[in-house]
Amino acid sequence: MSQKSEKLIDKKGIRLDGRKHDELRSIKVDIGVLSNADGSAYIEQGKNKILAAVFGPREMHPKHLALSERMVLRCRYHMAPFSVQERKSPAPSRREVELSKVIREALEPSIFMEYYPRTGIDVFIEVLQADGSTRCASITAAALALADAGIPMRDLVSACSAGKVDGTIVLDLMDTEDKMGEADVPVALMPNSNVITLLQMDGNLTQEEFEKAISLAVEGCKKVYAIQKEVLKAKYVSVKEAEE
Amino acid sequence: MSSLVTRVKQKQIAQLIAKGKRLDDRGPTDYREIKVEQGTIERAEGSARVLLGKTEVMAGTKIEVGEPFSDTPNEGVLTVNAELVPLASPTFEPGPPDENSIELARIVDRGIRESKAIDLEKLCIEPGKKVFVIFVDVYVLNHDGNLIDASALAAMAALLNTKMPNYEVEDGEVKIKSDYTPLPIRKHPITVTFAKINDNLIVDPWLEEEQVMDARLSMAIDDDGNICAIQKGCSGFIAPNQILEAAKIADEKAKELRKKLEW
Amino acid sequence: MPTFFETKQLVTPGDLIAEGSYIAGENTYVENDKIYASRIGIVEYDNKKIDVVALKAFYMPRVEDIVIGTVVDVGFNGWTVDINAPYQAILRASDVLSRSFKPQKDELSQVLNIGDLIVAKITAYDRSHDPQITVAEPGLGKITRGQIIKITPTKIPRVIGRKGSMISMIKQETGCQIILGLNGIILITGKTLEDEELAMMAIRKIDEESHISGLTDRITQMLKDNKAKKEENKE
Repeated sequence: MSQKSEKLIDKKGIRLDGRKHDELRSIKVDIGVLSNADGSAYIEQGKNKILAAVFGPREMHPKHLALSERMVLRCRYHMAPFSVQERKSPAPSRREVELSKVIREALEPSIFMEYYPRTGIDVFIEVLQADGSTRCASITAAALALADAGIPMRDLVSACSAGKVDGTIVLDLMDTEDKMGEADVPVALMPNSNVITLLQMDGNLTQEEFEKAISLAVEGCKKVYAIQKEVLKAKYVSVKEAEE
Repeated sequence: MSSLVTRVKQKQIAQLIAKGKRLDDRGPTDYREIKVEQGTIERAEGSARVLLGKTEVMAGTKIEVGEPFSDTPNEGVLTVNAELVPLASPTFEPGPPDENSIELARIVDRGIRESKAIDLEKLCIEPGKKVFVIFVDVYVLNHDGNLIDASALAAMAALLNTKMPNYEVEDGEVKIKSDYTPLPIRKHPITVTFAKINDNLIVDPWLEEEQVMDARLSMAIDDDGNICAIQKGCSGFIAPNQILEAAKIADEKAKELRKKLEW
Repeated sequence: MPTFFETKQLVTPGDLIAEGSYIAGENTYVENDKIYASRIGIVEYDNKKIDVVALKAFYMPRVEDIVIGTVVDVGFNGWTVDINAPYQAILRASDVLSRSFKPQKDELSQVLNIGDLIVAKITAYDRSHDPQITVAEPGLGKITRGQIIKITPTKIPRVIGRKGSMISMIKQETGCQIILGLNGIILITGKTLEDEELAMMAIRKIDEESHISGLTDRITQMLKDNKAKKEENKE
């Protein structure tokens, strides 16, 4: 195992980017940024820069993939070649295929799939710059893009990761912490029903540590939710509409 | 017969499970009968065959000499691939790996890698230049539910059965000798998969239970009871308390399943 | 029986609006006697009924709606029409031709071809079938001139205005004929290009600014300013 040359968390409990163990990175989101998409959102979280676009509901192409009783949700998570330190080939990697699947499975429970049979919704996620926990930031943006597209949803989906770094359970892993830390637990939550739609983990955690990580991640998701709501409300400023 | 589960059957399964029973008389935390055979394919460096109920998975390992990754110059390379062979199920189609086979391979890989089951440093021949590369190929031969646990078990059994060739380096060239040493394995991760049907969790879902489940949860546990990998699957949701409950059951089950491995 | 949002407040998907014996209206859903919002919108109470007026929604076909669409395919016995909805509409050949026809593709494409714009009315629609449309009524049929503008379908009522006041004002001030497709597509036919552009500007303004108060005044002002400019240029 390669030796870590620096500590990821110092004696005062401060992380490499100055955060405390339970602090979220700063998040900035814009909605409706792409004129051609039915719904879109752009998120910056730490150094992550991610664009999410939604097309649909629309007729499925190819038609034979359509379902007679419900919509089909398709999701493509893709990283730009310049998004990471070493150029990444534009061809979809096995990781991107897996992430596309888990992200789709994280968003689908929030959508009323049975409302529009025989149609499809396409969610496209492009990671322009990656800085750890990209799948979580992607889900956060994609949920807003879905709402922006006017797709009826049970709830938004909010995502956040937790992990273990130098023995401490921390919130919202950035790239270095993800690579050099001891565990990574990405989580997505439907905040109003408090149920989890994305859960993965890699690393090594005792049962107690895992319990702490899940709690912390869920709290983080709720903080992300507050930001999502704020952004939605700011875009559609609710001033009393002029009476005609 | 269509591979669709009829609504009547769906109801039947859900009702039984709500009462803690299953169609094949198992309890919610019971596994089907498991058989593990090792060394079935002599041409492979290691191999194993797992029968989990009627699910059948084979795993074979091959060792080659290759280059290490640039960020781990002292470590050998482990790579896991999975094939959902068309003869295993009417739903598997020939072609390049789809998202299901890629996910399966990566889940199996994660359990082995994150538990540090293999001491990859012992696979280093010449730091930065030459290392042993272990290919683990998981081959699903019959799909009757819970491919994840069967594949993870088969992969581990194959690795335990794997022999690493001895070598000597002469004038910068690696010369493989004819004798072997077993692969340096220090941990035995076991993956336990749950299905959530309505609000109930069951372990080791068989095919029809999988077709009606709304969420799937897999957890890889190492010999010390630590969790090394988790994957939630399917387009449903799980409550946080159910996840923690599953973690405790997985710990117990992993101990049981580990007894099926020989080392 | 508590409610958690007041009239005209903005809600987002998943927001709990009310609990108890209320009736779930547009863009809401019920779970365990609780009514939640399913889209971003403004809450409206109508006695016991709770509606969320969606700020962003796509058009869903309704029987009797007038829509404007584009022909995207010519088939054997009809045309497929894009009506800016999740489903494409079917226009049967028998609806357009007054006699029984021989199914020759050439003939149909001479009547309506790919790329043609039509004003139509929805005659049938249900969950299992694509919407059917007709052009066999006065005022419907192929569009031969004018300009097309697309706006958010939920804003069409704003373009109409109370008792048609807004649309009447725009028609009057620009001298244009305006057909409003309930699917968010609007046809503007004027005497000059400028007249058409003015009408388009007014409608676009409504689409973009309908949630900011004082819209009617702003539109009236804009149209007046433009008229004044025209008078100036004439001199």
